[in-house]
Parts: sequence; structure tokens; C-alpha cells
Amino acid sequence: MSQQLISEITQDYLKDDVPAFQPGDNVQVSVKIKEGARERIQVFQGLVIKRQGSGISETFTVRKVSYGVGVERTFPVHCPSIANIKVVRRGKVRRAKLHYIRGLSTKAARIKERR
Amino acid sequence: MAKGILGTKVGMTQVFDEDGRLVPVTVVSCEPNVILQKKTVENDGYEAVQLGYKDKRPRSVKKAEAGNAAKSDSKPKRYVKEIAGNTFSNFDVGQEIGVNIFEAGEVVDVTGTSKGKGFQGVVKRHGHSTSAMTHGSRYHRGPGTLGPIDPNHVLKGMKLPGHMGAETVTIQNLKIVNVDEARNLLLISGNVPGPKRGLLVVKHAVKSDPVKPLDPAQYAQSPEQTDSEESAE
Repeated sequence: MSQQLISEITQDYLKDDVPAFQPGDNVQVSVKIKEGARERIQVFQGLVIKRQGSGISETFTVRKVSYGVGVERTFPVHCPSIANIKVVRRGKVRRAKLHYIRGLSTKAARIKERR
Repeated sequence: MAKGILGTKVGMTQVFDEDGRLVPVTVVSCEPNVILQKKTVENDGYEAVQLGYKDKRPRSVKKAEAGNAAKSDSKPKRYVKEIAGNTFSNFDVGQEIGVNIFEAGEVVDVTGTSKGKGFQGVVKRHGHSTSAMTHGSRYHRGPGTLGPIDPNHVLKGMKLPGHMGAETVTIQNLKIVNVDEARNLLLISGNVPGPKRGLLVVKHAVKSDPVKPLDPAQYAQSPEQTDSEESAE
């Protein structure tokens, strides 16, 4: 009963325009960044290595390799400061959590495209 | 003086604030409270209102409670608490007080009964550090010395094992994130004492500016509101 009420409350905060994406996909996340009064958009593109949680607390982690250094960022799926999520490429993977990719070199970390 | 309302803890969740940050919130359900009685300086020596929250099962109603409730033209209440001060002095007996006495951004104190932990040792109860678990140590989670030999008794206030929890706890200066009038809910930033379904008293924070007596007309519980709440359920 109470859990039902809580999910009702958080319903108002959820986005309904989140595209379907899953681990293995390559996504482009546009993040709004406030600098004083100005607002600009920064793009973070990389591989979705996991999605966890549900409802309003659902998050996803994007990994990219920047100048040879692996960078991972975790975003809440329904975060208002995410302007847009764009799926660039759908990947075919057999795991829900792609942590193994951290230990692989660029060539070994290739993921087949899902069609 | 303080304004306040009685409610029950529903549970915790997260919501986004205006900056897009996820804030942990506790959901507190406050169905409209009824003013059962008003205490006045002439009559009682102090000023306060007696708030009743949630109807009591008719079977367990005492005659005295029924009489008290009849005076305010309401049903006997399960929880009855006083809110001191003259904040509600313009209100009538029998009038309902809802969540709209608060607004988003206000700072409140929340009082409840903490979860009972049973009989606990000093490590959990008083935060003592533990001794070595290994290296031949035969003393692990004990209280240590009970004091000097000279007074021939243990000094008062010595921290020892005993019953922990199930006591009245007040958390001060919690921010109200949102007020949901349709569902009679308060979303309060952070955690509050007690289990789910536990009784809470949400009061205007003592460490913030005092509030002036409220205008009852502004905070009236209109019948349409209660209707929409029923249809939502």
C-alpha cells in the first residue's frame, strides 16, 4: 500500500520521453551545465555498461575512453538536467552488466551491432 | 509560536529538486487533524490546541474520549496531542487542519518514536570502539573499565549495555521539499525517526523565525479536496 503511494508520488517526476536503450548500446547524453547565469550543453558519448534501480532512482552508467583514460559517468535516467539521450548504435551483448569491458583493450572491447 | 500537525510515516524515496539533483525524502501522510479542544490562559494557564488524528475503533473508545470528541463535533481520535502556542488561536474547535499550513521550502522539526533495538552492548549503544578480535585478545566488545577502585562504587552515568531505541527523538531543521494537498502528503528532506506507519509530529522549527497566528479562512479544508482524495484512492 505505502509502496504504491510512493510510486504514485514519484510518477510526477518521471520523464516519459526516455528512449529505449540497454547495456551494450552506444549513447550520446546531452547534459545541461549551469555556469552562473548561462546554461550550456555538454555531450558525453560512450557505451552503456549498466542500468540499475527502478522508478525514479534508476540510473545508467556510460563509459568512454578519453585520451587513453577510461571515464565512466553515472546518470539518473529521469534527471531533469539531461536534455537528451540519443542512441547511436545498438550493441549485442549477453550480460546485463558489462564490467568486463574495463579490463579489455580497445580491439577486444568491440561489441557486435544488434540488428 | 509553533504550528504543527500529526502524521504517519509512509516511507522514503527520492525526488528531483529544481537544480536537477536527487534529494532523499521521507513521505509523511497527514490526513486532516481536528482541533478537539483549545487551552486558554484563563482556563488552563497556558495556550495550546489539542489535535486529534485518525479515527479510533468504536470498540476501544472510552466514555471520556467520546465526551471530549462530542464537544468538537468529531469522532474519537486514535492520536491526541497538544501543540503549544497561539498559532491556532483564531481557529474554532472542530475545525480541520491540513498539510497546507506548511509550504515547500519551510524548515520543520519532526518528532517520533525511534525503532526499538532491544538490549544492546556498548559498541552499538554508545559507539565505543571494539578491542582486537585476534592476536590472542580475549576481550572483544566489552565496556572496558567501570572506573577507579577508590570510590568503591560505579560512577553514575557510566556507559553500559542496556535497552536501546524506542525513545522519543526529534530531528531538527528538516526542509519541506513538497506539499501534496490532493493526497494530504508532506515530502520532508532526509530521514525521520521511527518505523513506517509510526506517529510523527511535524512542527515549525524552533530554530527558525516564530510564526504569527494563522488566519483560519486561508487554511480551510474544502470538501472538494476530500472528495478528490477519495477518488484518487
